[in-house]
Amino acid sequence: MADFLVYALVAGISIALVAGPLGCFVVWRRMSYFGDTLAHASLLGVAFAILFSAQLQIAIIVSCLVFAALLLALERRQALATDTLLGIIAHSTLAFGLLVLSFSDRVQVNLTAFLFGDLLTVTQTDLIWIVCCCVLCAVTLFCFWDKFLAITVHKELASIEGLPVDRLYALLVVLIALLIAVAMKIVGVLLITSLLIIPAAAARRLSSTPEQMALGAAIAGCLAVSGGLTMSYFWDTPAGPSIVATAFVLFLIAYLRPGANA
Amino acid sequence: MNTDLLIKATGLGVNLGGRQILHQVDLELRKSQLLTLIGPNGAGKTTLVRVVLGLIKPDQGSLSRADGIRIGYMPQKLFVEPTLPLTVRRFLQMAAVSKSDVGSLLDEVRIAHLLDQQVSRLSGGEMQRVLLARALGRDPHLLVLDEPAQGVDVNGQVELYELINSIRARHGCGVLMVSHDLHLVMASTDEVICLNKHICCHGKPEQVTNDPAYLAMFGRREAQTLAVYTHHHNHSHDIKGAIVNESCCDDHDSNGAHKHG
Repeated sequence: MADFLVYALVAGISIALVAGPLGCFVVWRRMSYFGDTLAHASLLGVAFAILFSAQLQIAIIVSCLVFAALLLALERRQALATDTLLGIIAHSTLAFGLLVLSFSDRVQVNLTAFLFGDLLTVTQTDLIWIVCCCVLCAVTLFCFWDKFLAITVHKELASIEGLPVDRLYALLVVLIALLIAVAMKIVGVLLITSLLIIPAAAARRLSSTPEQMALGAAIAGCLAVSGGLTMSYFWDTPAGPSIVATAFVLFLIAYLRPGANA
Repeated sequence: MNTDLLIKATGLGVNLGGRQILHQVDLELRKSQLLTLIGPNGAGKTTLVRVVLGLIKPDQGSLSRADGIRIGYMPQKLFVEPTLPLTVRRFLQMAAVSKSDVGSLLDEVRIAHLLDQQVSRLSGGEMQRVLLARALGRDPHLLVLDEPAQGVDVNGQVELYELINSIRARHGCGVLMVSHDLHLVMASTDEVICLNKHICCHGKPEQVTNDPAYLAMFGRREAQTLAVYTHHHNHSHDIKGAIVNESCCDDHDSNGAHKHG
């Protein structure tokens, strides 16, 4: 197998393994729009990084974390309904990102790569970044799993039982931001949340505990990545959209399967 | 602080968004005492509960809790996303309950058969009992119940209140309860606080229901309904065993009056 394909597969699978369980929280907490906003906003970070020739991977991670902090702060103040707020931020940051990119002199920047991902150009350095961030996310998620679950089921019960609810939520958001930052390479800004949500949703019907759903989502994500890459390899389709399309087919199969527990 | 005292609040005041929600509220709760909080909608009952739980810091006054107090809280309702697969067993384990205890907890609230049921599919009454079990899972010194019988039918309400009473008798924990069903909880309540941003009146249930402030708030009609219920209760002692035997035994046990064979 060609190197680029191995890199792509390893990168994709590491991300899918974390995105599955983390995506369950995104589904349970109804945060899909939150994830979208974060992804769109990070494009602004990318644009500035290109403009000032900064290191791209770091710039993406930093801008994701900064916007995550900003969203958390705005959400807490509740000046506007959350979905309105997210809508404003998602689209204006996307617009500003594109504007800033257009100022860049070196317009060899491949915009579609950022919007829809470019998994097949993953380099060895990219791969190291991706794997390290994924391991970090996975370990944190594993250690805090029960606590994240408790604050998701009932915030106040969790608080009375002694959990630092706000800080745990912030940590969860940081994990989501980190994953989005590294997954951008795979499926791009516009398709990123699908990697969090579709595998989790596909696993829902087949599971009766949160842990089963997390495991199922991880497996579904891996299947989607390998399926999408195969498709891309043989039929020369763009990798990102192929992965998302495969995930959707998996979701359909899970839902149309008769007799699964709804 | 008195060793029997679980909670002592003096001069509590809470402002939310520029509105005074609570004003000069004093509250004391002792071991094994059942205190019922009543009041119209928007009277600040839930706010007061949240202050006692430590979820809100009071703007005025002070709140002291007994050292190392464990509080079991039963929220008004719990909505679990249908996308979240969660069994009753798993839900109870979240309260750091050991695995073997989950069964006995469910036995105590008489829903052992629901162990592997999905939480999102429970009926209102079943859910309330699961929540009660979770509150008990912490082996609490104080149980805080916010309208425990909400969304439960009348028969279920009677049973639920009797269950709460028998739990109090067995565990010796204090109970702070928000309830609209004063006629149902009167017999077991030690003290009633009638709240409408401030404390309108408080005392034994019989005193409160005759208090002019209470009558002014709830009106004659409600007061008369209560009188009817009280009357009903006085007579029900004779025939109680014939109607509901299980609950009857619990009731008598806790009063220590007499036992049926």
